[in-house]
Amino acid sequence: MTIKKIIPTLIAVTALSFPFVSQAVEFKTVQADKSALTFAYKQMGVGMEGKFKKFAVQLSFDPAKLAAAKASMEVDLASIDTGSAEADDEVAGKQWFNTKVFPAARFVSSGVKSLGGNRYEVAGQLTIKGRSQPVAATTTVTMQGNNATFDGAFVLKRADFGIGEGPWADFGTVANEIQIKFHLLATSGK
Amino acid sequence: MQNKQYTATAIALHWLMAAAIIGLFALGFYMADLPLSPTKLKLFSWHKWAGVTIFLLVFIRLGWRIGHRPPALPDHMAQLEQFVAHAGHAMLYLLMFAIPLSGWLMSSAKGVQTVYFGQFPIPDLLQKDKALGDLLETVHWGLNLLLAATVLGHAAAALKHHFINRDDVLTRMLPHHGKH
Repeated sequence: MTIKKIIPTLIAVTALSFPFVSQAVEFKTVQADKSALTFAYKQMGVGMEGKFKKFAVQLSFDPAKLAAAKASMEVDLASIDTGSAEADDEVAGKQWFNTKVFPAARFVSSGVKSLGGNRYEVAGQLTIKGRSQPVAATTTVTMQGNNATFDGAFVLKRADFGIGEGPWADFGTVANEIQIKFHLLATSGK
Repeated sequence: MQNKQYTATAIALHWLMAAAIIGLFALGFYMADLPLSPTKLKLFSWHKWAGVTIFLLVFIRLGWRIGHRPPALPDHMAQLEQFVAHAGHAMLYLLMFAIPLSGWLMSSAKGVQTVYFGQFPIPDLLQKDKALGDLLETVHWGLNLLLAATVLGHAAAALKHHFINRDDVLTRMLPHHGKH
């Protein structure tokens, strides 16, 4: 065993020895201004990035009580920033998000499981444009005092949600796979 | 000793690039104001790939020209006319470098990297910057207007040499008139 492997083992053993003392902290309040929701995709083979400026997260996470952990997110789809005003207008339209009828995307977690260390899998239902699909985001949780950051990502297939219909349905210009990344800063307390 | 003829390679490069530049200019002019669609995204990519190709070709062409001096201008041309002819050619070369470069920089500033044939990423020389991207778009457009004016002058001068001066300035650039 190398030192690098011994240290996490010691931490784990220590944590297990005092289950009621350690980790008795629940993170609930997400700071919107210190959180980010971004996406990345390929367009004509070119890596593109964008973000959503407005989204609300409800979170309840105590690493000692994973069975009770919950997360939900509501994303204001019209707050999208693709990098160009022309594209922002286009994706609000019927063939993309149809934000007039479906203004928000929603994620509701169904369960959180540990992947070892500070990595977790958050599974749940994602609903966009009236269509729901199961998704699972691998999430790294970094705790520091009263703060915890949640960095996670998952890939959605835009065709599953009808995002980009008609002439846009061809994946030759805009790829089907869209990588969603989130960075959330939450503080502990009620 | 002064050459009397262009090399076959110089003639081939001249007409290849003439066709490519006119085609790319027309494509750029057409696509710029299209509403957003998959077709527009494809045309922009093709325009960039062709632009990269021309940018590579102009290095080859300049290298060839440095190694193979073009034939002299006819003796009947006044000094001022000769100066204008050389200045026009210098401007064409300058624009053949500056226009693809401005397109490359514009792509970087607009946050859409150029990926040659969708396979080979060309490094971004600038960070994403919307204001700079818009400025470079104007620069790219302005340089193209200057190119269009210079090319028209170039073609008009060639026709004047052929039909008014009745010298060989135009014909010596035609295919099959080259030195092999």
